[in-house]
Amino acid sequence: MEYIVSLLVENKAGVLSRIVNLFSGRGYNIEMLNVAPTMDPLLSRMTIVTSGDERVLEQINKQLNKVIDVVKVVEYRGRPYVEREMALVKMHTDANTRAEILRIVDIFRANVVSVARDSYTIEVIGDSGKISAILNLLEPLGIKELARTGKVAMTRGE
Amino acid sequence: MRLNGANILLESLKREGVKHIFGIPGGAVINVFDELYKQKDLEFILTRREDGATFAAEGYARSTGKVGVVFVTSGPAATNTVTGIANAYMDSVPIVVFTGQVPTNLIGNDAFQEADTTGITRPCTKHNFLVKHVEDLAETIKKAFYIASTGRPGPVLIDLPKDVQVNETEFNYPKSVFIRGYNPTYHGNPRQIKKVAQIIAKAKKPLLYVGGGAISSEAHEEVYKLAKKLSIPVFTTLMGIGAFPETDELSLGMAGMHGTYRANMAIQHCDLLISIGARFDDRVTGKLSDFAPCASIVHIDIDPASISKNVKVDYPIVGDAKLILQEMLPLFDGYEDRNWEEMRKPWLEMIENWKNEHKLAYIRDEKTIKPQYVLEKLYQLTQDIYPIVASDVGQHQMWVAQFYTFTKARTHLSAGGLGPMGFGFPAALGAQVANPDRMVINITGDGSFQMSMQELATIVEFKLPVKVVILNNGFLGMVRQWQQLFFGRRYAGTDISVQPDFVKLAQSYGVDTFRLEEEKDVEEGLRKMLSCKGACVMDVRISPEENVYPMVPAGAPISHMLLV
Repeated sequence: MEYIVSLLVENKAGVLSRIVNLFSGRGYNIEMLNVAPTMDPLLSRMTIVTSGDERVLEQINKQLNKVIDVVKVVEYRGRPYVEREMALVKMHTDANTRAEILRIVDIFRANVVSVARDSYTIEVIGDSGKISAILNLLEPLGIKELARTGKVAMTRGE
Repeated sequence: MRLNGANILLESLKREGVKHIFGIPGGAVINVFDELYKQKDLEFILTRREDGATFAAEGYARSTGKVGVVFVTSGPAATNTVTGIANAYMDSVPIVVFTGQVPTNLIGNDAFQEADTTGITRPCTKHNFLVKHVEDLAETIKKAFYIASTGRPGPVLIDLPKDVQVNETEFNYPKSVFIRGYNPTYHGNPRQIKKVAQIIAKAKKPLLYVGGGAISSEAHEEVYKLAKKLSIPVFTTLMGIGAFPETDELSLGMAGMHGTYRANMAIQHCDLLISIGARFDDRVTGKLSDFAPCASIVHIDIDPASISKNVKVDYPIVGDAKLILQEMLPLFDGYEDRNWEEMRKPWLEMIENWKNEHKLAYIRDEKTIKPQYVLEKLYQLTQDIYPIVASDVGQHQMWVAQFYTFTKARTHLSAGGLGPMGFGFPAALGAQVANPDRMVINITGDGSFQMSMQELATIVEFKLPVKVVILNNGFLGMVRQWQQLFFGRRYAGTDISVQPDFVKLAQSYGVDTFRLEEEKDVEEGLRKMLSCKGACVMDVRISPEENVYPMVPAGAPISHMLLV
């Protein structure tokens, strides 16, 4: 089961390593990881996508809560939330593919953020389903390079 | 008051009530040692290896509940402390380790005796700090002691670069600290406590499962009251030994891989298992899917992550065991019309039968000394003085747990989780520093003792009257036992009959010492050792291929016991 957990952590040296050590030391898997400062410069937010059965997920939560530099653990199971990921995709282009690529970009409400003689760089934002869908369509047209941010998430409302 | 970092460190320790420090000096902490030399309030115990210092600090902490303190230098000294730190982490022992570090401007340059100490110890400390500015030092020390000694206790490390020890700042020791990510829960949820009390009252075959947490939280009196009031039988884990008097009729001794038949059978037949400060370790549970098959499980623990980690718990209570039991005990006053003893009779009779079916036993023979016999005799001779008994790791550790009878908390020191050989002797030394008027005995093996025998110099230098009993079988006995039982007697690497003459070795340090080779001399030998004013090393040649029984093979259900 895929599981998103978001952490508010002290914005200090070594904190990322504590979290990553915890996952590797206990045999949990990190599928995606995103870290950035919050409005409070003393805190950072980490969003981790992991997986496991119910028991493992409960342990991950409890073990994360035990880390002294972790101020808060937010999990999204059973609550409405939004998740987004961004990808930058550099496409190989030629006279035969340009129009098709632009059509796909248009359909997915993505943007071309850089244009060169033989390439487009596309920015696409969405949930994992949308990102996978556009990558599926773009792949046969020649992806040169791909960079994904990993997910960020937030509960709805409140 | 303006002080340099080294002085801030020493002043802060005094404010924390520290009296003793274990360790070894070196280049990166030379400034701290220079200040230590100039004062009299803190006594420094020089061990001969850094792992000895951490184990000694653990013995100090385990025997008193106070925080043990270690000073060592950078690099190799810091890495030598790792085993002791990992051990303290596994067994939840409060120690604070100060390591020297190269100056901040050299960190990361592969300087002489540099190691990434905070990086290396991150997975085995409760928390650690690298102090980069002397202004942060006092508050960091306050935090370290607070974190080490509260909640589920554990080791904390502070890495101190050389320039931080030298730089000066205004010294203000904070009265308290606030750490927003760290708020241990002490009081159990009152509704849950009430519910659990009702469930305990209803149970026909309840069983108390008492671990080291009951000792950490000083809950042994409350455990005793609960057991006696409701006539509930009690078994302990290795770490819980001493939390309940083993002389009591409700005591089933230790359970698990080398536990008693009655304790393991009681687990498999109870209808309610009440765990207090224990963590369902694999050495206790055996095959998880067959563990306590008929029981609902209550788990009282201060660490939420311990709950439902290995075994699904039906009724968790997170909090301090002592406080929770104090709140729970009066709830049983509402059952005045109930005769608990009468109600418990059928269950206690079942247990009595198991007890008589297979007692802890060994077969004596004329020719050799049986280790179990030595420990039974030792108990007979010392039962009125409640000595602190520190064991090492291996067969003798299990024999101590089985055949020495413990009745008081903090008298049995044993490395349960990590199991580092070489723990016992320095732990005994640390316990002796903390308890100068108590009898402290280290029961060790010839393998374990060789991993820390350099500390003989320490007990001589600091006049520590530790009694060392080497149960010498010429083997790494526990591994040999597995090889005998499960690997066709192929004794790969376990024959350690090439070894020093321990008597001559102890003599070379100026320690009283002698050897026992016949059973008839054991009692007199023990008396002689116990009457030694100073330290004493006794080399007891035991039956070389004696095994620890009962034994549950790894991965089997705990009712599948190999018996004598």
